[in-house]
Amino acid sequence: MNLVIREALLAFRRAPLLSSLSVTTIAFSLFVVGLFGLVAVNLQRALREVAERVEIVAYLLPGTPIETITLAEKDIEAFPEVQAATYVSEDSALARARAELVEFRDVLQELERNPLPASVEVKLKPGYRDVQHVNQVAERLQGFGFVDDVRFGRDWVEHLDRLRQIAAAVGLVVGAAFAVVAIIIIGTTIRMAVLQRSREIAIMRLVGATDGFIRRPFLLQGAIKGMLGGLAAIGLSYGAYALINRWLIHAAFFSSEQAVAIVGFGMLIGFFGSAASVGRHLRRV
Amino acid sequence: MIKFTNVFKAFPKGGLALKDVSFHIAKGEFAFLTGHSGAGKSTVLKLVYAEERPTSGAVRVSGFTVAEMRRKDIPMLRRRLGIVFQDFRLLEDRTAEENVAFALEVTGARRSTTPARVMRVLTQVGLAAKAKAYPRELSGGEQQRVAIARALVNEPTVLLADEPTGDLDERATRGVFQLLRDINASGTAVVMATHDLDLVRQAPYRVIELQEGALVYDSAVDEPRGRAVTP
Repeated sequence: MNLVIREALLAFRRAPLLSSLSVTTIAFSLFVVGLFGLVAVNLQRALREVAERVEIVAYLLPGTPIETITLAEKDIEAFPEVQAATYVSEDSALARARAELVEFRDVLQELERNPLPASVEVKLKPGYRDVQHVNQVAERLQGFGFVDDVRFGRDWVEHLDRLRQIAAAVGLVVGAAFAVVAIIIIGTTIRMAVLQRSREIAIMRLVGATDGFIRRPFLLQGAIKGMLGGLAAIGLSYGAYALINRWLIHAAFFSSEQAVAIVGFGMLIGFFGSAASVGRHLRRV
Repeated sequence: MIKFTNVFKAFPKGGLALKDVSFHIAKGEFAFLTGHSGAGKSTVLKLVYAEERPTSGAVRVSGFTVAEMRRKDIPMLRRRLGIVFQDFRLLEDRTAEENVAFALEVTGARRSTTPARVMRVLTQVGLAAKAKAYPRELSGGEQQRVAIARALVNEPTVLLADEPTGDLDERATRGVFQLLRDINASGTAVVMATHDLDLVRQAPYRVIELQEGALVYDSAVDEPRGRAVTP
């Protein structure tokens, strides 16, 4: 193993230009992937924020006893989709309306009788904030005898769903395309490194080196290059993120898991790219 | 040790590189492989170290049957052989001793014994003083000695030399040839491909001559050269 590490590191010393070129290529390829990832991460975050506003309101029949409502509240909160159910009494509905609808303050002040019904506001858990689940919960709420009407802005939730689907599809296709381009570019770079050492490989074979022995330093070297490239890509992405954050919009950066995933992706491409290149080379000689 | 039986080798694009070649080289023997360039000398050697496989016929080398070898057995065969080329094939970015040690390392030899074994063969080829020199700092003859040391370090039973003196001046040629004779004297079989007939005449060794892929003369079987020479 020691020898494998030594040979892998020697390659960096013996071909510093080509090695740094490979790392740079990998770094920029992954940087492009990373930039796209940043867009995706932020888009997702924005959509999540919008989705948080998905809410189902069940308006209650006047005169429903508070005990019944309290019990029902518990029942509703026990729904697997439901994050929270909050009772809003007639009075607090009016108070809220007065605070929020400034233009109608005078009208609301002069009311003899509170026209606003009491309601239960239901918030769904993340992952359930789509048309299908909203519909299901709404139907179940309708089943309570004291519920007069259920509202949830169907059009709006449907739009949100569409938006999410489009974002996911675009993310998948464009992300995959970027990843494939990165793989091809990185693979080509690694192939160059292998070809550059083809004479050495030929000599190794002549003196009785096994294919595995020849391959191992290349694999390690590929993984190291991929890792360095990945780290550099994270650095570049952070630079881009810092600039955007400062001059354009407030954006989010990768979570540490996502950053690790990008570096890991680089390592994997480096490793398997090398495996493919060396393997092909060895099969031909 | 090395046995060719009715060996044919076709070129990939048609034509025959070897036609019905049969010979046997015994343990400890010294044999010249002669003939013009393109006669098939290198092909014979490539078959011996399993770089090529025979199209038909059998090639047996120290217990291995080349045609039937699996790819992963080829390194095992090569570890029993030492191979030397006209162009030395040294790694330019390693010193003489690193080049020799490399051949030990790839076989997974114990590392503690490596320096001593490397020094021993470098001494044997007369280059102990230049162990730390890079190939570009050495003369052609010296580079070939490093290559020979590399071939010897795994204690092969056969040393294959493909035109080992082809790029050397007369003095270096004599030195390298004497070294090969010494190696043979210590028990290693040597098969040397060459078209240097002066060299061949200098020594009383066996001569196998190829012409356009066919074995036309084998001093171990045929009449001595004086009487039955092709013009």
